[in-house]
Amino acid sequence: MSVLSTVATLTASRTGRAEPLTTVRHQHLDEKPFVLVPLTLAGEACAPLAALAGTDPDHPTLLTVRQPRNRAERFRFAERLAALLLAYIDGCRTETEPYTIGRGKEKEERLRFQRAPQLLVPNGEGIAYVRLLGRLTRLRATEGPYAVDPSVPALGKWLTWCAELAEFPNSSVLLAMTRLLAAHWATGQSPSEDSHLASLLAWIDPPEGSDGAQAARDAEDPAVWPPAGPSTDPVFDRTLHELMTRYDEAPDDRGREAVGRQIDRELSGQMMPTWRLMWRGVELLRELPEGAHVPDRWALDRRWFSEYAEYLDADGRPQARRDQAVRAARRLARLEDAVARYEAERAYDDPLVMAEYELTGEAFTGTVTARDEDRFVPGARPGSQVWRPTITLRTDARVGLAVGTTVKSPARPGQEARILEVRQEDDGGHTVVLQLKGGFANKRKPPAPAGTLAETGEELTYTTLNPTAMPSALPDEENTPWTHGGPPQPYEPTDEDAEETWE
Amino acid sequence: MPSQQSGPPDGRLARLRGPQPPQPYTARKITALTANPACTRRAVLDAAGVDKALLAQQVGYEPRFGQSPFALAREQAFHGLVKWGGYAELIRLLREQLSVPVAEAHVTDLNEVGGNTALHMRERETRRLIAHVASGQDVRLILDRPVLTLEVAGQTAYLEPDALTHRIGGKFYVVLIRSFAAIDGQANPTAVAEAAKQAAVYVLALRSVFETAGLPTEQISHEFLLVCPKDFSNRPYGSLIDLRQELDALQFQLSRLRRAEDLAARLPETATLDPTRSTDELSSSIEALDASYTPSCLSFCEMARYCRDQADGCASPARLGSGVRNDLPGIDSTRIALDYLDGVTAPGEAEAEATELLRAAARLRRLRRGAA
Repeated sequence: MSVLSTVATLTASRTGRAEPLTTVRHQHLDEKPFVLVPLTLAGEACAPLAALAGTDPDHPTLLTVRQPRNRAERFRFAERLAALLLAYIDGCRTETEPYTIGRGKEKEERLRFQRAPQLLVPNGEGIAYVRLLGRLTRLRATEGPYAVDPSVPALGKWLTWCAELAEFPNSSVLLAMTRLLAAHWATGQSPSEDSHLASLLAWIDPPEGSDGAQAARDAEDPAVWPPAGPSTDPVFDRTLHELMTRYDEAPDDRGREAVGRQIDRELSGQMMPTWRLMWRGVELLRELPEGAHVPDRWALDRRWFSEYAEYLDADGRPQARRDQAVRAARRLARLEDAVARYEAERAYDDPLVMAEYELTGEAFTGTVTARDEDRFVPGARPGSQVWRPTITLRTDARVGLAVGTTVKSPARPGQEARILEVRQEDDGGHTVVLQLKGGFANKRKPPAPAGTLAETGEELTYTTLNPTAMPSALPDEENTPWTHGGPPQPYEPTDEDAEETWE
Repeated sequence: MPSQQSGPPDGRLARLRGPQPPQPYTARKITALTANPACTRRAVLDAAGVDKALLAQQVGYEPRFGQSPFALAREQAFHGLVKWGGYAELIRLLREQLSVPVAEAHVTDLNEVGGNTALHMRERETRRLIAHVASGQDVRLILDRPVLTLEVAGQTAYLEPDALTHRIGGKFYVVLIRSFAAIDGQANPTAVAEAAKQAAVYVLALRSVFETAGLPTEQISHEFLLVCPKDFSNRPYGSLIDLRQELDALQFQLSRLRRAEDLAARLPETATLDPTRSTDELSSSIEALDASYTPSCLSFCEMARYCRDQADGCASPARLGSGVRNDLPGIDSTRIALDYLDGVTAPGEAEAEATELLRAAARLRRLRRGAA
């Protein structure tokens, strides 16, 4: 929460409509996302009860478990979900494109798929569900006494892959709709109330002739808007309990089938409203233009997808129950790097996000009042001269950055600037002198090529944020030094894993 | 510190409650109270033993809590499993996971005392047994459903932990049996935190038993044994969880709670919290008790939605979450904050700084939204 979002929240609480927090969309939204609305049985760690899944807004596939405590039925649910999701994932593995990694001698050309799967769930608990279901299914054996269909562990590995990426803010492989919407709009209610999909959407997109605030309250009634899952409404559970008892006690197959169909209908009724809300959310987000760095981040997702698909073809061992120390450290470093980079990219792409940094003093915006194109300063070699032009900016905001700080502008991200002087003016504004380095299309002396040096009168934002900062370097996994236990051994699922009870 | 002395048991609070039997204090209620110690409303309602669900319904806010039959069945099944055969599973757990040398299981069922299930009888028997075990005159591995007492806001609360065990390093441990799963050794952190807070209530109650009996409280562990299903199975998994932080926090919060009677004494003589009375009478009495609503109340308090509407009415910043509240220091209404923003009213000296920041933020929002 920043003061800017507080102002947005205050405004929304007055107008009864959500206020935008961004000017662009900061996550990739696929043309064909896979939407999953799951329900689980109350009280159990992870007992799938039902799901609506698919890529067609008008025709979701209904999956139900009529006897959630029956192990065979649970695995049948996993198989059916696998059939849908694996087909979708396979559909992403068609056309490839080349890309290069590394620099200089280590430069290497590789291929990545032009598409990657994108899984959308209603809320944060939906992501936890994906993680749990992945954990439950990925370690199963496909032969031996507790054999399951090969699609079950395959599903588990992909679900786990998605759930692990979901922790990275720069990945759009698995997203929760509530978080996605709350990152782009501020409502006039609290963040905990925003985790309710129906009421969050009521603020953003109130029904005709209604106030968002009122509609959000109405949406909280589970009888009108069933919860978005995976937990069910306890009142609905009473109905379900009754039906399941009748299903178990049915005297013959025909009677059982009739009750079974009724169970399916009831469950579908609980999920359909959420299904529609999910696609409404997709529509609203599509209306926002995409941020400039979003395609780059999606390219990274596609690369990870291609690498994991390749790994599964070659090796295919599932993710371990718990990360080993080396892998955990590597993951943490990647996560920290991803967070910092994502924050910086968001600010570069979106002036409304950059405004948060302007407010905290990590950025400032001003107008160019003067420039010294022909300035040279002594270089590192004795007697040498290097070309370092300056520009002078006038801003009416307070500048909290110290002399000597290196800053960059989203307008010319390839050009480094150093603050040479900060002067307070009589009217409370500030004058900042910046020394520029690089970003002149490889020219070493004036004149600066057109567009590379700011013109007088141009309005520019400079910030300490830097999306191209180099991440911390760790050795490759296979080169882990012996001091750190040497290269980690991959996790081999045991018989115990295969037999693990699922009660 | 509130006085430890209990007031007259059937004074003002009982009159407020009306003819209904009082709802007992539970560990859950005490943790809820300490989660929001500034809430006079909840303090008085709990101390008077009012049925809050019924009261909320009576004033037009039916609480949306409720337990699913599936969850209930699972919980009972798991409890049954752990306690089956004289706590066989729990004893196995103690032996295998906590390496407690247990040869014989001495289990005492305190669900009843000679056929009598009255709380005060069970409480007296618990006290007697604990004194015996603590002084080494008797040996018991497990006390099943003991009854402990704790003074909360001047009221005596009777508490029933799932079990007490006395064998791990010669110390007393509170045992809680919960049906949320620990997957690969990790359970839902929110659920564990809630269990730990409740365990802290039991440990404090146990300490007070020791203090009254003049026994050394060092015999009570500052850890508790959490028993929950392992992974996706029904097999019990046990873990010792440190409670020192929770104990300190709870003790501090309990010491801050003002005596409920003193709080209730400020109500008008005609006030009532008897759910059989009319909605108007009830509303005016409830409103006379200050609530301190925050969005987290919605997850545990039956009255929360009533208080939320009231907070909306007076535009309390806390209703929008701690982020907003923290950005509005000294400003106790979002309407006033909006007036400052619009320049309709000038802020006082104390609010000037916060207002300046808000205005700068609003100005930036206007400028940068247009820039796109």
